[in-house]
Amino acid sequence: MEPIKEATRVSFGETLAELAAEYPDLVVLDADLSKATRTDIFAAACPERFVNCGIAECNMLGVAAGLAAAGKIPVAATFAMFSAGRAYEQIRNSVGYPHLNVKIAGTHAGVSVGEDGATHQCLEDMALMRTIPGMTVLCPADHYETKAAVRGMLEHEGPVYIRLGRLPVDSVYHAHSLENFTIGKGNLLREGTDVALLATGLEVPEALAAAELLAAQGVSAAVADIHTIKPLDAELVAELARKTGAVVTAEEHSAIGGLGDAVLAALADADVRVPVEKVAVQDVYGHSGTGMGLVDEFGLRAKDIAAAALRVAARK
Amino acid sequence: MEQSERSALRRAAARLRLDVLEQVFTAQSGHPGGALSSADILTWLYNKELNLDPAQPRWPDRDRFVLSKGHSSPGLYAALARRGFFDPALLPTFRKSGSILQGHPDMKKIPGVDMTSGSLGQGVSTACGMALAAKLDGASWRVYTLLGDGEMEEGQVWEAAMFAAHNKLDNMCWIVDSNGLQIDGRVEDVAGPGPLDKKFEGFGFQVLKVDGHDFDALEAAFAAARAEKGRPTVILATTVKGKGVSFMEDQAGWHGKAPNAEQYAQAKQELEAELARWEVE
Repeated sequence: MEPIKEATRVSFGETLAELAAEYPDLVVLDADLSKATRTDIFAAACPERFVNCGIAECNMLGVAAGLAAAGKIPVAATFAMFSAGRAYEQIRNSVGYPHLNVKIAGTHAGVSVGEDGATHQCLEDMALMRTIPGMTVLCPADHYETKAAVRGMLEHEGPVYIRLGRLPVDSVYHAHSLENFTIGKGNLLREGTDVALLATGLEVPEALAAAELLAAQGVSAAVADIHTIKPLDAELVAELARKTGAVVTAEEHSAIGGLGDAVLAALADADVRVPVEKVAVQDVYGHSGTGMGLVDEFGLRAKDIAAAALRVAARK
Repeated sequence: MEQSERSALRRAAARLRLDVLEQVFTAQSGHPGGALSSADILTWLYNKELNLDPAQPRWPDRDRFVLSKGHSSPGLYAALARRGFFDPALLPTFRKSGSILQGHPDMKKIPGVDMTSGSLGQGVSTACGMALAAKLDGASWRVYTLLGDGEMEEGQVWEAAMFAAHNKLDNMCWIVDSNGLQIDGRVEDVAGPGPLDKKFEGFGFQVLKVDGHDFDALEAAFAAARAEKGRPTVILATTVKGKGVSFMEDQAGWHGKAPNAEQYAQAKQELEAELARWEVE
């Protein structure tokens, strides 16, 4: 397979359409954003199992819960802001508490939404979804990993939140390398001895590029793709922290409650005491701009990860 | 309806109200007012309307019931226990730690509960999802959901109403327990969600108005709901909050309060007299 530059929302829509026949119980719901979440690809392939719920996200999550209670596998898609955010309580009480087999796709997550600005740039979705007992939280990095994650979430019994992005992203994987995609198991992409870079989503290629920048300065960085925020691969996190003695987490999300905090909690639980820095959006709202321009402005690029890595390495 | 059938329903409703009283008194917690106002509706549903098999609570072709006004849980629990879904001896464990009988309905713990509910406005959306599933499968089972008139103030109810009508969910029947009261007072004074008949007509429902304590009227309304094609039905059932216990009737204060020993004794006496009355006839 060739490297491919694709938005994870597109990979998501394509994969749903590809799996329609294999999963006869699959029903896809959207809230008037199907052309953006790309569930329109599924709708074109399988119109009889696509239901547009209109601009009514709270009802959509309830409908999804009812479908799941009747044996269907509903996938409810809208922007992360309007599922994890607006419909948080519906997800908590109607989906999470009864542990129903509902899959929630939150697209257009993070500042890379771009021009729409702060109201549409959800930076809290992973934090919110992590608080729900039994919820699995996925954040795939690229086209191939999204394909694997979509299949993985359909095979998984129970509620899943999958975080997807608007911008096309360079692939870090090839299809064959994801045969072992397992929910809850991080992927070590690069070995290293001086610092561990733990990244998720769009930050995975940035972390790989950061490792190159660090190598040029004689610093050996390990890079892991933490595609599952919950349950976190605590074993891999602790192992890399022990081995390298310094950790940088990288996520296009608030520094509060996301990957960084999940890693800190795992390190505390494992009693691994190493310097840690979180590359994330630092408790502020986003604003309008170009997608990658904002990733740059908010300090989420390879150079920022590399700078953080040098700081934590110096604190060892 | 034969008089003997009507008397049997009256007995069952009096038994259900006694069960509600016992649960709330034993727990010293819970919501008697709305459970008593909806007692006749629940009695009709669980004795006459719903196609169920207590031996197979998860039977795929059963009719579904979602108690969107989940705080009326003691009424639902009484109906399920008396229908044989679980031992009525469990009713006094209502709201106690370790009991399956949670404060609000829990589908994972209680046999016969089709959906976890309690956060107002949410149950009705889940009922829409079930009705959609039946449509997708071409199945003939139906979905019933009971809401409160105060619950009509939740915006999600109207999102669900649009969804049900747009998707022509004629396999679902909503029942609004219109007892006119909510925690803070009269529904019309607190937020005034009416006129519900005109609103539901505007949303594309078949609207039926009945006395929610009249079994003949309920029988006719549910038959009309089953016969309707192409649109969902809402039964606006006018009821009396606290029905059957004189001092609780039409009193907002009994929305979510347990009686003390003296009040319990009086309520029990009144409901036992009602039970005895229909035993005789």
